[in-house]
Amino acid sequence: MTSLLTITDVRRSFGDVTALDGVSLDIREGEFFALLGPSGCGKTTLLRILAGFESPDAGTVTLGADDLTAIPAHRRPVNLMFQSYALFPHLSVEKNVAYGLEREKLGRAEIRERVGEVLDRVGLAGAAKRRPHQLSGGQRQRVALARAIVKRPRLLLLDEPLSALDRKVRAEMQLWLKQLQHEVGITFVVVTHDQEEAMSMADRIAVLNHGRVEQVDTPVALYGAPRTHFVADFIGGNNFFAGTAVPGGLLDGTVLPGLPSVPDTIAEGDAAVLAVRPEQIRIGTGLDDAVLRGTVLDVSFYGGTSRFAVRVADRATPIQVQRQGAPGFVPDQEVDLSWSEAEAVLIQPAASG
Amino acid sequence: MLKKIPFWFAYVFLYVPILVVVVMSVNAGDSPYSWSGFGLGWYAELAHDQEIRTGLVNTLIVAAGSTAIATVLGTMLAVGLARHTRSKVLDAIATLPVILPDIVMAIGLLAFYSLIQLTLGLYSVLLAHAVFGTAAVAAVVRTRLTSADPALEEASRDLGANGLTTFLRITLPTLAPGIVAGALLAFTLSVDEFVIAFFTAGPQSPTLPIVIYSMVRFGVTPEINALATVLLAVTFTAILAVQRLTRLTERR
Repeated sequence: MTSLLTITDVRRSFGDVTALDGVSLDIREGEFFALLGPSGCGKTTLLRILAGFESPDAGTVTLGADDLTAIPAHRRPVNLMFQSYALFPHLSVEKNVAYGLEREKLGRAEIRERVGEVLDRVGLAGAAKRRPHQLSGGQRQRVALARAIVKRPRLLLLDEPLSALDRKVRAEMQLWLKQLQHEVGITFVVVTHDQEEAMSMADRIAVLNHGRVEQVDTPVALYGAPRTHFVADFIGGNNFFAGTAVPGGLLDGTVLPGLPSVPDTIAEGDAAVLAVRPEQIRIGTGLDDAVLRGTVLDVSFYGGTSRFAVRVADRATPIQVQRQGAPGFVPDQEVDLSWSEAEAVLIQPAASG
Repeated sequence: MLKKIPFWFAYVFLYVPILVVVVMSVNAGDSPYSWSGFGLGWYAELAHDQEIRTGLVNTLIVAAGSTAIATVLGTMLAVGLARHTRSKVLDAIATLPVILPDIVMAIGLLAFYSLIQLTLGLYSVLLAHAVFGTAAVAAVVRTRLTSADPALEEASRDLGANGLTTFLRITLPTLAPGIVAGALLAFTLSVDEFVIAFFTAGPQSPTLPIVIYSMVRFGVTPEINALATVLLAVTFTAILAVQRLTRLTERR
């Protein structure tokens, strides 16, 4: 796939606060890309730079062959779906959608045709004459989306697209957004702090923290092979063990099995952290390959899965374990825990500060 | 019922003077103080009074002109305050001339006019009224602006509109109820303004309140009551319109 958007070493600070500290990313044509991070990680600043509402202090942004930062916001082939939707309250749904096309000085007939077509696509053909305040949250979002995609941008930015919706509508819209992206073939960049939202929709995710890119990967790779402590901690649940890297794992009193993250940044004898997902740990009694032995502290049953907290001697935090089906163990029971090398990841310890 | 007495007492207190003026304006007799039957004669008298007609025309010119200036400047001021400053002090000072004592404004304006050696006339009143009118419009529009979504203008730019189009197609329509309410307020404030007009009007161009004042100095005739009633009706209508518009503003 060819790359569409290239962000190179972009920096931006506001006073003493550094929002972006040298961000470089490559977003491909037709991709559903997510910028994921906690609030204050710089993802919104990056989005505003792409839309043209902020400019970087340093670095370049190119879209295809064009230098994007040299183009004012209203001339960019980039559209943004706002978190608040920002629908014009004094205009009807169809006037909202037509607004961007009217700015392109298109003919009336073409505008009417394209507005009708896009309203059909988002399932709001019947609400064309209504005002934004007469619509539900989900409908408003569809209008906001229609208004952005009707311009046929090369890049569509979505700012926390699902945050204003309630849980049920959210799941629906999540699926629908992904389908829509496939149908229209526009490159989507979604900004979110919700890992579930990013994991379920995006082809690739960039995890941002303190204005830096921690890792760019597919959701599966991000989950299975986190490269930094932050990523391992931010995405999904994890158990962390600190110690020294040795062949085949981590020395921490005993040798815990695990493989270094790829690309290999850890040499033998380095301080390292081993991360094991709760569902990768097997729990049982009398396991042959037991890695750790402990006492069940707490059991919770979630229907499809059961979760355990297991206390292991000399460890401050209990180990989280998850398995399919009914629990099968009770509190205070002695259990064995085990996992294999390939199911745990050795990563560099979190940088201090 | 008994509990409501303090309320009604205060209400009557508020409206007794106005009620008296309205009732006495339809008095048939010559005395402004004693009732001698119903009659609309004083309204007819009023309609033929040349002096009052001049005053009324002057007042309308001043009110319309100052409102036009105040609406444009006040809107610019409010939008600028929202966009370019975060200073609470600047914000407060901008709308201060509305509540500043009239006499302070009047003396200041008179001193200013004589400093730049401007001959007083109708336009000097018009400009003076535009000053507090601007502050009034700015105050009303400013309130409207705080409830508007700042992302609207960005959305307009994002969809391909330049600054001017965004202002005309998005900013102005969202502010329209506030602007109209501000303009009506500036208009009413101007129509019955006396102190500043008295200080800044030229001798040949008295506004209506000045005409009334000079008439009263030679004794009150029931004609004054009729005139006051007409003024009252005009002001009331404008105030009700402002209230309606601001209520609409708050709803959305």
